[in-house]
Amino acid sequence: MNIIIAGLITGSMLALLSIGFSLIFGVARIVNIAHTAFYMVAAYGIFYLSVRLGLHPIPGMLLAVAAITLLGLLAYKFLIDPIREHEGAVLIATIALAMIFQEVTLLIFTGDYLSMVSLIKGFFTLGGVKIFYQQLLSFGVVLLIMLVLWFLLMKTKLGLAIRSIAEDREVANLMGMNESRLAMITMGISVALAGFTGAVIAPLTVLSPYMWMEPLIMMMAVVVLGGLGSIKGSFVAAYILGFTEALVVFLIPKGAFLKGSVALSIMILVLLLRPEGLFGIAFEEER
Amino acid sequence: MGLLGFYLRKFYSLVKGEVLVLPSRIIVGLFFVILLGLPLISQNPYLIRIIILTSIFAILAASWDLLSGFTGQMNFGQALFFGVGAYTSALLHIHIHIPPWGSVPLGAVAAVLAGLIVGIPCLRLKHTYLALTTLAFPIILMGIVFALPDLTGGELGISGLQRLTNSLLGNYYLHVGTLLVLGTVMWKITDSHTGIIFHAIREDELAVKASGINTTRYKLLAFSLSGLFAGLSGGLYAHYMRIAGPSTLEISLSFTVVIWAIFGGVATIYGPIASVFILFPLLEFIRFWPEYRTLIFAFVVLLILLYMPEGLITWARDKIEKQCPRCKIRNVATRTTCRVCTAELD
Repeated sequence: MNIIIAGLITGSMLALLSIGFSLIFGVARIVNIAHTAFYMVAAYGIFYLSVRLGLHPIPGMLLAVAAITLLGLLAYKFLIDPIREHEGAVLIATIALAMIFQEVTLLIFTGDYLSMVSLIKGFFTLGGVKIFYQQLLSFGVVLLIMLVLWFLLMKTKLGLAIRSIAEDREVANLMGMNESRLAMITMGISVALAGFTGAVIAPLTVLSPYMWMEPLIMMMAVVVLGGLGSIKGSFVAAYILGFTEALVVFLIPKGAFLKGSVALSIMILVLLLRPEGLFGIAFEEER
Repeated sequence: MGLLGFYLRKFYSLVKGEVLVLPSRIIVGLFFVILLGLPLISQNPYLIRIIILTSIFAILAASWDLLSGFTGQMNFGQALFFGVGAYTSALLHIHIHIPPWGSVPLGAVAAVLAGLIVGIPCLRLKHTYLALTTLAFPIILMGIVFALPDLTGGELGISGLQRLTNSLLGNYYLHVGTLLVLGTVMWKITDSHTGIIFHAIREDELAVKASGINTTRYKLLAFSLSGLFAGLSGGLYAHYMRIAGPSTLEISLSFTVVIWAIFGGVATIYGPIASVFILFPLLEFIRFWPEYRTLIFAFVVLLILLYMPEGLITWARDKIEKQCPRCKIRNVATRTTCRVCTAELD
């Protein structure tokens, strides 16, 4: 039972993060290493607004997500957009950005572990296991966000445009879609997703300026395992890896540090059989 | 005597005709001379230590460039080769008592094997998939290192290694000499027939295949060469620092290598080496404000990239030299005609 809860929570977090990551990769071909750093900053922003300033957590969260989206858009406009053609430069620009976020957070909040209070207290027992209402709430919010996102991508005109840009940039451009504006919008959605992840996870975990490193690796593993740019793939792969981590921690409590290794080994094994990931489509080679 | 004079004259005309005509070559020559002559001016142990560490990391950055810059196989896990080199030489040294002179090359051999182990599954992957997959390997190895604390020392690592030599100058010339030799070797490799194929694989793998070249073999060759050089630097690092710890496998090391190489300019070999020689001492000299160190580093990298997305060294080289439009030979920017074919330079 513990496994299911832990797996669901980790899986939901990874799913939200990796969907945001693969969206911006699909549309703008940007490998955004700073993606999880945005999530870290959002979690800290919520901490700051609700604990230090004493705001009610829910408006605090919304405010933090809005602020982080703005921050992401500014970073995209001034740091990433000017060097978009140089793939390598974009890559290390985002790494540098993540490092800057980490250091600034470290300066403001110091490296101490911080934790937040839950939104709703209390728990109930099911099968002898404590389930906190906060965990259920987080899971519910994740499902809601994913539903909204699915609706946005599949049922609206904007979603159609995003999907077609991801499929073939040149043709979409010829059909009159403004590529750079769409990339900007997608960046906004993607960072907002990272912000929401921070909002959902912040009450459940301890905050530290280095908390972006571990999910970064797992998020990339999820994206690769599920197939780049495939949202369904990210969703399924996130839960596979989330449950694997939870299982490893449960089965070998002493070997909790092995959880990353086992999950990544599974990813490599799957890639050996299916190089394009579980749900990815083998792209025609771009030349 | 006459023969010696002949060779001296030949050397002189070679230097005059080939080296002194291009500022970049003069700079490379000066770099060699300054590095080799530095102990004559100052024997400050701190300075010597920084230069030794810089040389070790310069080899690592250049080895990344050999694989990822030239063949375009984005490797985000260069720390794997470094860590395998460091751990293998440390293990052989501590448990089987092989002297450092033997354990460093053996560590490099192990890193070549690691290169093949990573390279073979990665042959089917391309671009971003490859980059994100290679990121996973050092982390898997880190899990294994933590799982076997008796053998590897767990989080503390293996300490108490011997240095290659104990004298200050001996260490200096050993490491700097290794850098200069390996740098030249890598540059020669990339300048050779093989290097041209590496370039071509990056540009258009399908076309290379169509020309009847076994790209699989060349990609594996690139992986193992890169593993060899990175493993050597890992072994040197372990023996110089006298400890091989999990920090050699960290993600941040992999990222730092990528930053160094791209900052200097990829597919050049000299670019990454030069950028390590700029960035690593810079990071050391701003140690007075330890809390701002990484922040300053990240800002410098970000700002320079905004204005020179091709890399600092490539940008600088394009400023002081230009290419002849007819014979593709490089000239000093001040010339108006090409030094070889006398065509007009624009």
